[in-house]
Amino acid sequence: MIEVNKNGEVWVFAEQQAGKLTDVPLELLSKARELADILGVKVAGVLLGEGLDELAQKLIHHGADKVYSVDNAKLSHYQTASYTKVICDLIKEYKPQICLFGASHVGRDLAPTVASKMKCGLTADCTDLQIGTHEDKKEKTTHENLMYQIRPAFGGNIIATIVNPTRWPQMATVREGVMPMSECDTKRTGEVIKITEEISDDLLPVTVNDMHREGKTVDLKAARVIVAGGAGVGSKENFDKLKELAHVLGGTIAGSRAAVDLGYVESDYQVGQTGTTVRPALYIAVGISGAIQHIAGMQESAKIIAINNDPEADIFSVAHYGIVGDMNEIVPMLIKSVHSGLNVKTTH
Amino acid sequence: MRIIVPIKQVPETSAVRMDEKTGTMIRDGVEAIVNPLDLYAIEAALLLKASQPEGQCEVIAVSMGPPKAQSAIREAMSMGFDSGVLLSDKKFAGADTWATSYVLAAAIKKLGDVDLIICGERATDGDTGQVGPGIAAWLDLPVGSYVGKIDGLTDGRINVQRLLEDGHEGLEVQLPAVLTVVKEVADPRLPTLRGKQRARKAELTTWNADDLNLPDENLGLNGSPTRVVKIFRPSVTRECEKLIATDDQSINTAADRVLEFLQERELV
Repeated sequence: MIEVNKNGEVWVFAEQQAGKLTDVPLELLSKARELADILGVKVAGVLLGEGLDELAQKLIHHGADKVYSVDNAKLSHYQTASYTKVICDLIKEYKPQICLFGASHVGRDLAPTVASKMKCGLTADCTDLQIGTHEDKKEKTTHENLMYQIRPAFGGNIIATIVNPTRWPQMATVREGVMPMSECDTKRTGEVIKITEEISDDLLPVTVNDMHREGKTVDLKAARVIVAGGAGVGSKENFDKLKELAHVLGGTIAGSRAAVDLGYVESDYQVGQTGTTVRPALYIAVGISGAIQHIAGMQESAKIIAINNDPEADIFSVAHYGIVGDMNEIVPMLIKSVHSGLNVKTTH
Repeated sequence: MRIIVPIKQVPETSAVRMDEKTGTMIRDGVEAIVNPLDLYAIEAALLLKASQPEGQCEVIAVSMGPPKAQSAIREAMSMGFDSGVLLSDKKFAGADTWATSYVLAAAIKKLGDVDLIICGERATDGDTGQVGPGIAAWLDLPVGSYVGKIDGLTDGRINVQRLLEDGHEGLEVQLPAVLTVVKEVADPRLPTLRGKQRARKAELTTWNADDLNLPDENLGLNGSPTRVVKIFRPSVTRECEKLIATDDQSINTAADRVLEFLQERELV
């Protein structure tokens, strides 16, 4: 760990895959900018890989004041040990107060490893980050300007605020889509600090034999209409009806974690804290009870319609429009109704 | 070879109550099960054991928890594990992922001679997925996370398929190593009757903080860098226009009303 350093920067780990930045660091830059402006410190991107100059500029255009760029062919592909070593060395040298990681497969591997090594705290899958004060009543001390790490917690319908008062840096992971994409301003300028690191072969204990990237087949973040199903859908066959509804509405399907666990839909389609956060124009929640983890991932949808047979289901508390009843009867009727509605429209 | 699988006992339901004072979970009075995602790690370990010559591979479960967490270890044994170690001490209570991975790593070190550690991707209660990579860091071992398939062991290396967001990659990892596995890795078997009987009678090892020779300041709530300082139920204020649709007529009305709603807002 490092000592509490109130002048420390706010860092964003800038994940790149095959020489391209992923979305999540660009989203995190918007939050990092906000936190850093409150704290009166700089935002820095931390970039590891090979041939990074263009990527460094992109981070600056998206809000970074500085970029620590560690250009080394041995870092072109992510490995836990090599990346952890570099990040820990940088933390020890530059003493940032906050480090944010995307909760991607890489970030969720890297961040806990760094936390163990640095003996500092880490909170997974935050849905919000804020700056605030923490009074430790037992120690009778007040910690000002800590990062509040906010996330749904413990299965219950509870949101927890977590802080890391003394064992810095304060670290958190955030899923893709949780923070809005930062704006790109190509006139922004910043400083690129080139770091040279020796990567010895014992930091590369894993050999990557082959890699298959199919490209993202599912892009929930970009969908205008989402029809999502939960455990209440009851079967994979019933889920097909949702596909039909999504189709007539020109949208895509999605599922709650329960639906994924039950095998109704693949995990790429999961909406919620541990899935994707979405903000479509229309979100139709079918047979979803409305656990806080799910609501965290869809409550900012412009319009929400909930269909559930339990009139007391929590999902109705975020819905603009609710139908209480059996989805097996309601969904086919909706499909029919939208069809005929569309027909009327086209004949006009 | 020796394979260790760290497992966690978790509440069966998602309806967990919180201690408002300490911000930690109240586990009393809730049915406890083995973290469902740990079952995949258990199965992966058993399959590797079966792939080795008879008597050449030992599989051990370790779990940190209250004394009743021994039932989780017995479940692993009923599925075919050779032995288990319970890490139990009041001083461990309230640990965050950092302090949890610290104790588990210390126990794995004490067991010694480990070739492979297989973890479930995450626990269904805390839902962080941070403990597996955390253990690897403490032990300075390579880690393969999100493993969806184990292809086999050769000459002190293990070949696995690691899932990526948009594909997968084949990794060859030097042993000893830590793997975190996802559901795709294997279908967990059910315990056998004989296994259950054996597990019931088995003598379990229990270690506390002193057995592991760990300093208090790194343990439990005290040793945890993070603090839960506030918990709240989000209050939602949205006015939901609710229709009851239980017979043909009301379903029709509801469907038409939804269509109107969509048309008003130009969503169709």
